[in-house]
Amino acid sequence: MKGWPLYEVFIRPRNGIAHRHVGSVHAPDPEMALELARDLYCRRGEGASIWVVPASAITASRPEDRDAFFEPLEKEYRHPSHYDIPPDVKNM
Amino acid sequence: MYTQGLDLVPKGAEAQRPKDAEEVRLEEEFQKKIDAEIRIEPDDWMPEGYRRTLIRQISQHAHSEIVGMLPEGNWVTRAPTLRRKAILLAKIQDEAGHGLYLYSACETLGVSREELIEQLLSGKAKYSSIFNYPTLTWADVGIIGWLVDGAAIMNQVPLQRCSYGPYARAMIRICREESFHQRQGYEIVMAMAQGTPEQRRMVQDALNRWWWPVLMMFGPPDKDSWHTAQSMKWKIKRFTNDELRQRFVDAVVPQAERLGLKIPDPHLKWNPERGHYDFGEVPWDEFWRVVRGDGPCNRQRLEQRRRAWEEGRWVREAALTYAEKRRRRREAARAA
Ligand SMILES: [Fe+2]
Ligand SMILES: [Fe+2]
Ligand SMILES: [Fe+2]
Repeated sequence: MKGWPLYEVFIRPRNGIAHRHVGSVHAPDPEMALELARDLYCRRGEGASIWVVPASAITASRPEDRDAFFEPLEKEYRHPSHYDIPPDVKNM
Repeated sequence: MYTQGLDLVPKGAEAQRPKDAEEVRLEEEFQKKIDAEIRIEPDDWMPEGYRRTLIRQISQHAHSEIVGMLPEGNWVTRAPTLRRKAILLAKIQDEAGHGLYLYSACETLGVSREELIEQLLSGKAKYSSIFNYPTLTWADVGIIGWLVDGAAIMNQVPLQRCSYGPYARAMIRICREESFHQRQGYEIVMAMAQGTPEQRRMVQDALNRWWWPVLMMFGPPDKDSWHTAQSMKWKIKRFTNDELRQRFVDAVVPQAERLGLKIPDPHLKWNPERGHYDFGEVPWDEFWRVVRGDGPCNRQRLEQRRRAWEEGRWVREAALTYAEKRRRRREAARAA
């Protein structure tokens, strides 16, 4: 769609829950993107709030960087199960 | 708790401006949402008092996470083993993260990060009194994890259901990360309590020094907590200071006994009728002194934060310069 940039769509299903990415729409401007997103993703009252973000504004990690970004590094001491607490010690 | 400073009555407590009919209606609707357990989100209408209370509470909580890194940071270079050092670093890194989650939750209420940092560095903002006590020995690191993080958890678990969405969601992340903090602390305490007589003496001494300051973390007694009733009505708070303090005492006394440690309170006694431990009077004079700025380390902590901010200036500037350089390079590449 010439001149209709891509917008990523985020919807808050209801108050208390963070906005979640649901998909995208093409639209001539942000206001129309919002309306299109409403028609496309919220036809059954799925949303309490919508965000549209120009896809060009998103900077994403690249698949090639995966290891450097997300490698677990064997830091299991960040998890509670790493610690030996006797089972009779309660509320821990 | 991390927000005990809320109980300092603000200077010149605000004159009540008469409300118009529309405002009254909005407030009634707002309270109905709260009563129905509907969370409030940043763009929803909220009473000014609700917004102000949250900004103060969340920012005090954030500042506490940040300042809370200092007493533990004191032991990073002197941790007894490499494993302990890695664990302590990981914990401190988590606390920095908690501070940042909370600052960003606070910013959704219309206050800027710069303002928040400025308020901390100028001494205008409060943070938890507990971080104004020194960490004298390695045993203190264990006691902090077990009791200070333990008290924080006791307070933060109900905050996961706070009526303000962004705060509640930040609390969910934080609580998930918090449980290793408490367990690594208890593990240190356990190792020392089962160690040499000298180690046992050290850990008992640390417990003696930290016990009362830890109980102060829950804030003043309910009768002196002027904002509790309103915060409970708004479901910012779910339990009173005294309720949480009692739960905490009930939870940790058996944990101390299990290790043969003695809680330094001659009045501590199981009360079978109440089904709770009775305990002595918290030294509230000391609490108010520390909250007002006169604890053992208040000045040192603020000085450390200010110095860290100043000494980090070149890093912030270098990052900006680098971003600018990269932008120009990209533009040149595009033009070529
Ligand atoms: Fe924390
Ligand atoms: Fe923690
Ligand atoms: Fe915390």
